[in-house]
Formats: sequence, C-alpha cells, structure tokens
Amino acid sequence: MLKEETVRALEQTARQLRVEILKMLNTAKSGHTGGSLSAIDVLTVLYFHQMRHDPSNPKWEDRDRFVLSKGHAAPALYACLAEAGYFSRDDLKTLRRFGSHLQGHPDMNKTPGVEVCTGSLGQGLSQAVGLAIASKLAGRSARIYSLLGDGEVQEGQIWEAAMAAAHYKLDNLCVVLDHNGLQIDGEVEKVMNVAPLGPKFLAFNWHVFEVDGHDIQAICQSLENAGEIKGQPTLIIARTVKGKGVPFFEHKASYHGVPPSDDELSRALEHLGHS
Amino acid sequence: MSEMIATRDAYGKTLLELGRENPRVVVLDADLSGSTKTAVFGKEFPERFFNAGIAEANMVGMAAGLAAGGMIPFASTFAVFAAGRAFEQIRQSLAYPRMNVKIVATHGGITVGEDGGSHQSVEDLAIMRALPNMTVLCPADGPETEAAVRAAAAYQGPVFIRLGRSKVPVVFTEGCDFTIGRGATLRQGSDLTFITTGLMTAQALEAAAILAEENISARVVHLGSIKPLDVDLVLQAARETGAIVTAEEHSVIGGLGGAVCETLCESCPVPVERVGLRDVFGQSGLAEELLAHYGLTPAHLVEAAERVLRRK
Repeated sequence: MLKEETVRALEQTARQLRVEILKMLNTAKSGHTGGSLSAIDVLTVLYFHQMRHDPSNPKWEDRDRFVLSKGHAAPALYACLAEAGYFSRDDLKTLRRFGSHLQGHPDMNKTPGVEVCTGSLGQGLSQAVGLAIASKLAGRSARIYSLLGDGEVQEGQIWEAAMAAAHYKLDNLCVVLDHNGLQIDGEVEKVMNVAPLGPKFLAFNWHVFEVDGHDIQAICQSLENAGEIKGQPTLIIARTVKGKGVPFFEHKASYHGVPPSDDELSRALEHLGHS
Repeated sequence: MSEMIATRDAYGKTLLELGRENPRVVVLDADLSGSTKTAVFGKEFPERFFNAGIAEANMVGMAAGLAAGGMIPFASTFAVFAAGRAFEQIRQSLAYPRMNVKIVATHGGITVGEDGGSHQSVEDLAIMRALPNMTVLCPADGPETEAAVRAAAAYQGPVFIRLGRSKVPVVFTEGCDFTIGRGATLRQGSDLTFITTGLMTAQALEAAAILAEENISARVVHLGSIKPLDVDLVLQAARETGAIVTAEEHSVIGGLGGAVCETLCESCPVPVERVGLRDVFGQSGLAEELLAHYGLTPAHLVEAAERVLRRK
C-alpha cells in the first residue's frame, strides 16, 4: 500500500495535468479531449510513480518504456512528458501547430520521451511486443508498458499481438486498457461490442487484473502486482470515464475529438479548482 | 549457360552470415520460413528468430518494436502479403518513423508460377516506391542479392527488398559491390538502352546479344535500386542512346517503368517502351510459360527495341 501522502500527491499531479490537457486543447482548437482525460490517472501513475525513466537522458538504455497505442490521447502523454521535464511546459501551447514538435499524434523523431510513432489504432501493441522481446534479448530488466483504448481492440492486429505476447511469454509487458466504453461513433457496445474483455485476454493466455482507472492507489497496486507475474503478459482493464474530471464532458462520445471552447475551459478549470 | 541461383537462397545464406557477424540481427517470418529461406537463420539462431504465425501486420509491428529496442530486424514473407496485407503497418510503423527494419519479400512477380495470380505480386514495387523514407531494392541474381542484403543491413532506415522464387541466371560476379541508389551498366551500346530490374536483366542481356546480330547496339543498364533511382545513369543512357526500353516482372504502372518515365519526361524526354505486365494479374502456370504469355522474354524485348527505334 502506498502512503496516503504519496497518493494525495499523485492525485494533485493528475489534477494539474488535467488542467494542462484542457488548456493545450483549447489553445490548439482541435484534438481529443475525452480519451485524454480518461487516461490521465493511469499515465500519472506510470510517469510519476511506476516507471524507471530519466527525463534528462531520454535514450537511457535501461529505461522502462511506454507506448501510447491509443495515440489520439497524445495531449495526456505530452502533459506527462512536460511535467516530468522532457521539454518545457510552454511547448504545450504549440500542440498541433505548424512547426511544433508536438504533433497531432505521437512522433518519436520529434518529441523527446516518445518511444514510437502511434496514431493508427492497433499498431502500438505490436511495437510494444517487439520492444519487450528486444529488452529480453538484450538482457535488460526494463519493463514495457502500453495503453490501449477499448474501441481500439476492434482492430484485428491487437489480437495478433495479444497472441504473440503470450506465445513469447512476455512477462515484462504490462498493458493497460482504458475502458471508458465510448468511441467516436458512440458506445463501444453498440458500435461493435468487444465484451467480455477479461475473458478474451484470459483465453489468449494473459494474466488479467481489473481496477478502477481513476483510483490512484488501485492503479499503483495493480501495476506492482503485474511485476510479480511470471511467464505471461499482463492486462490491466482500467474502468474509466471518458472526459473524467469535468462533469459536463463525462460519459460523452461527442467530446471524443472536440476541444473545450473558451467558456467550457473556464468552467472546467473552476471544477478542477484552478482559477 | 550461366549458373542458376534463386535470389531467396542467396538471401538465406547471407542472413546466416549476418547473424554470425552481428548479434543485433534478428529475423521474423510469418509461417513461410521454409519458402523465404529465413529458416536457415532460425535453425542456427532460434533465440533470435521470431515466427509471427500467419499474422503479417503484427510481424511488421513487432519488427518495428525490435528496431526501436536496438535490434536490426529482417522480416520476410511473400511480396504479395508484405506489400499488401501489411502495407499500413509498413507505412505507419516503419516508413513514417524511419524505423531500421528490412522487409525482404520473396516470391515477387509471376514466376511464383503454379500458385497463381492470388500469390503473384505485380504491384509491390509501385506500392513501396510511393512511401516517403522507403528504399526499394530488386536485385538481379544471387550474387547481387547477397550484396544488396548486406547493403541494407549496413543502412540505417527501412528497406524493402524484392526477391523471387525461381532460379535465375547469374549475371554479377560473386562478391560484387552494391550501393543503394546506384545502377550498373552491364553492356555498352549506342542505339538504345534496356533499363531493367530483377530477373529481367538477364533477359535483356540475351536480347542485346540477339540485337547485336542485327547490327543494333543495345546498352543494358540494371537498376537494383528502384528507389532511390540512379537518375544520373538513366539520364546518361537517354542522352547517349536516345531510346529506352524498360523491363520488369511487375506492372508497367508505378514500378521501374514508371520511375524511369517520371525522370525522363522531366529532364530528357526520349521514346520509351515499357515491358511488364499490362495492368493485369497473373495466373497459374510454369514460370517460363508465364514469362512467355505476359511478354517478358528476350524475344519480346527485341520487339520492344525495334518499336522504340522506329520512334527515335
């Protein structure tokens, strides 16, 4: 169990990162709000508690690596990378602008701290599998983390990769599934039902945990538990709320790819206790 | 009669050597390792050989991840599946990020033979050539394949190498050089130039010998590097001989013929005849039968040369 003050500090960081996400999306006037907010608690725990990484040395060989397979949540990733010190927080204002190193979707050749290029759904997990194999081949103890969307698992490639990760017994691979239940066209269940997710991955020979994806303590615990699993990759199904933290964005597919307006931003910042 | 070697056999042999020389070389396949010859590597280095099963998209993604983790992955399957089934993975996970992955696609073209049109890639060079950051190679024979595979391993970035199933005549010498972006003049000539790639280079050398008996002097320029194209060599041939015949075991759309015509029409327009598949798929048959049916024999090249000379 984490100390209460550690949990509080991570919650405070996550709240601050929600503010950064909303501000950068408002400035950019385009981008993906809902899925960035649903994912930010998991990313906060990964970047500020779980992963071994060094922002002053982004290419450190023994670092843990994170692959944002649901690449459209780039604002959440960029907020974490800026907060960690990979680049200046001022850069967040340039999101999606011509000439910015912060592309609409993550680009490993432009942004320090981004490990691979993602954005075309379904492709990040395969790359995470390759990274996990490479880590084992090199005899490194580094772990590979990846975040999937629940709409994303409709892509067939996810299941090809899931098969391979179990086949190669990648116990250094831990995947979190941001299960917010919504995709652009509506409820995942109605667009193309992916349930039951846990049994599917279990049948693919993964170890599966399920947690509240906004409960910092629970996320920390499940990531730690994943490290104990031997001979299998781990999936953590994080039950989340799309738009989490801003009541009028929550549970709304319509905010999948829409940024907050000026008015919505000021009301959202009020909710987050940020004036 | 020159020695006959399948380019895929030369690939298997070279991969094994590279594996012995460099522990960072890893190999992936999608359940075709016996045919693509990657099994040769897998047998000696099982810990560095990864069968993805019949899942080409994931194979390419895994290769990207392995490259991001510092390895030098070679990923192989048939050309039709590499460039087709896994196209978007090659685009997003390899070409866009300039990932250091080598796609070695065997069974390119119609000489796949009996398997038929479903398995005969006539469009892979065009598809791969259209991708920014992608290098596209198509060696003529065994020795050049060895050199091309080595050049690809030494190059930092994504490379697509197209190889064939059938045995083809040796035109280069063992230990020949290969430079990405450079072609080779294999026969001098002044009346026209055959610009060829893959197994059509051997056919062009035969055609040039036939034309010599008619007192027609045909140059043969082999381009083992489709992209980058050896623009200087192509323009020199156009300027000095004034007529070009391209030949490839591929559609006349978008491959070597397309690349040569794009270059010539901008910088040195001369009459060109493109020999290749005329916007059609292949079918089952023996390799020789198919080459004859689709117009890819030395006799067809001689006819194309006579046509282009009438337009000069």
